[in-house]
Amino acid sequence: MAKEEKIHGIVSEFKTPKEIYHAAETFRDAGFKKFEVYTPFPIHGMDEAMGLKATILPWIILACGITGMTIGICLSTWSSSETWLFGIEGGYKMIISGKPDSFEGIYEFIPVIFETTILLSAFGAVFGMIGLNGLPKLYHPLFTHDSFAKVSDDGFFLCVESDDPLYNEAKIKELFEKAGGENVNQITE
Amino acid sequence: MSDTALDPFADNPNKRTALVQGGLNFGQVTEKVCSVIEGKTSKIWWMCLGVSLSLLSVLGISIGYLIWEGVGIWGVNNPVGWGWAIVNFVFWVGIGHAGTLISAILFLLRQNWRTGVNRFAEAMTLMAVACAGIFPGVHIGRVWAAYWMFPLPNQMGLWPNFRSPLLWDMFAVSTYATVSLLFWYVGLIPDLATARDRAKSKIAKIAYGICALGWTGANRHWQSYERAYATLAALATPLVLSVHTIVSFDFAVANLPGWHTTIFPPYFVAGAVFSGFAMVISLLVPIRKIFNLEEIITVRHLENMNKIILATGTMVGYAYGMEFFIAWYSGVELEVFAFVNRAFGEPFGWAYWIMVTCNVISPQLFWFKKIRTSLVAMFIISIFVNIGMWFERFVITMTLHRDFMPSSWGEYHPTFWDVSIFVGSWGLFLTLLLLFLRFVPMVAIAEVKIVMPEADPHHGEEH
Repeated sequence: MAKEEKIHGIVSEFKTPKEIYHAAETFRDAGFKKFEVYTPFPIHGMDEAMGLKATILPWIILACGITGMTIGICLSTWSSSETWLFGIEGGYKMIISGKPDSFEGIYEFIPVIFETTILLSAFGAVFGMIGLNGLPKLYHPLFTHDSFAKVSDDGFFLCVESDDPLYNEAKIKELFEKAGGENVNQITE
Repeated sequence: MSDTALDPFADNPNKRTALVQGGLNFGQVTEKVCSVIEGKTSKIWWMCLGVSLSLLSVLGISIGYLIWEGVGIWGVNNPVGWGWAIVNFVFWVGIGHAGTLISAILFLLRQNWRTGVNRFAEAMTLMAVACAGIFPGVHIGRVWAAYWMFPLPNQMGLWPNFRSPLLWDMFAVSTYATVSLLFWYVGLIPDLATARDRAKSKIAKIAYGICALGWTGANRHWQSYERAYATLAALATPLVLSVHTIVSFDFAVANLPGWHTTIFPPYFVAGAVFSGFAMVISLLVPIRKIFNLEEIITVRHLENMNKIILATGTMVGYAYGMEFFIAWYSGVELEVFAFVNRAFGEPFGWAYWIMVTCNVISPQLFWFKKIRTSLVAMFIISIFVNIGMWFERFVITMTLHRDFMPSSWGEYHPTFWDVSIFVGSWGLFLTLLLLFLRFVPMVAIAEVKIVMPEADPHHGEEH
């Protein structure tokens, strides 16, 4: 391409989970923030090794779960009552075996409330995870790397991104060498 | 460490061999699992697909005729208003439960052996729930009015009855199907990325690429991913218990002798897990052999599942006995009659004893290690359990033929179409199974790698 390409970062390949784990520690201790580890499976303790904060996903799931519960409660109590909360006109009062309706009869609505809570929490977990991860995103600069296909098999990669304030090619290459990284490459966007 | 020095079945976990046997490394695990979906399509697969598609067409014809002619083509009539449709529905939903138990409950209990079989079991859940969903869908007679089951008001502003177990069932089963699908798909994302990265043809690259959502294996992604997965497991655990509890409410909330008992929810859940594990064994014993996955789905995996079959089978046996005892202890004449008739009376006493033989007696053989670890024995016993669990639901449903008054007693005879729709549902199950085996990695590759000792970042370090 004729126009100048932006550099994404420098990537290096490691052979084992152990090597990549210690490499991540090396970069964390050197003060790097914008670096990422790519592995075929999650590595135990990697979040600490990279110095990452906890994900906010549980809060998203909680919010979705509360929403689901509220929908379940409103749907079942409102639709079966004559006058709902705050004098709002209800759906259609249905007397079945003389049982109480609306909030007095809420015990029999618990299965429905439970299911809507679970359903929306699950949506929160899955779509929250996909959203937080910025997926679907079918292109990634690293896909242009020759051996990056191994990341879903048995390759372990560490990439230091060019927008890290400490980004310095020579320094990074030196750290890769120290940590035992092979196949050091510069990747463009 | 070599496999021979250690015993894969040792009671002390420190003396056990690794879950993955044969000294496979990460790359070889990927290779083994992916070779199933990448190799040439075998003749056996085409033959099996031919058979299952024929069965599927039987289902299509049966449902078509049912919609055309109405539920009168079945053997249901007063007093037996629920026939094979509900039997088959409960049978299929129950089978699905093993998948969720393996993927969710065993995950929360940190049972690492689940990784070898969870993908397959979860896929089986989805197929079984798809089969189950057919029966309530078509048994209503006027299928074009199926949306009446949804929480929508009719033209008079009247809403469905939220106190009805049938409405609970509709919420429970549809939530269960949705959450199972999401759980299965989330587990699949990293393996779809593997399939994408290995794909040779352009079509496969694009198809797997889109399904994998552009997964890169970045640790920031894994962080949310693992949290989402664990939360889904925690959500699916009460969900699976609630689903079969609510299925049992379909019976237990009705004021009928033989049905109106508080033991139904736990008894149904245990039975569901029991039948589901039996189905996993019936399918995995041949499949691991055919696809050469014996080092990943080892005999230890199968043995563990047989232990669960033994435990849940014993619970089911206890429930059969306790039902009888409580019927006698209640002192209600009709309750006692219903149970005595079930076991010894006309016309379905024989079905009760098929149920007891298959569900209570046959799994007891799993007390013997030789039988638990023998492929032939476990395959035969698992088939017995499948038959027995179908009969359990048949026996429960058929309590209807002896109504409150002898003058309203009746008989039930399944017709050709009762049988054909059940046989046809196997066609749907097997077709989906074969498509799954051919196009989706049937073992959770990434998860199997996590439980290998080399995956520990401190592997080989001195502490």
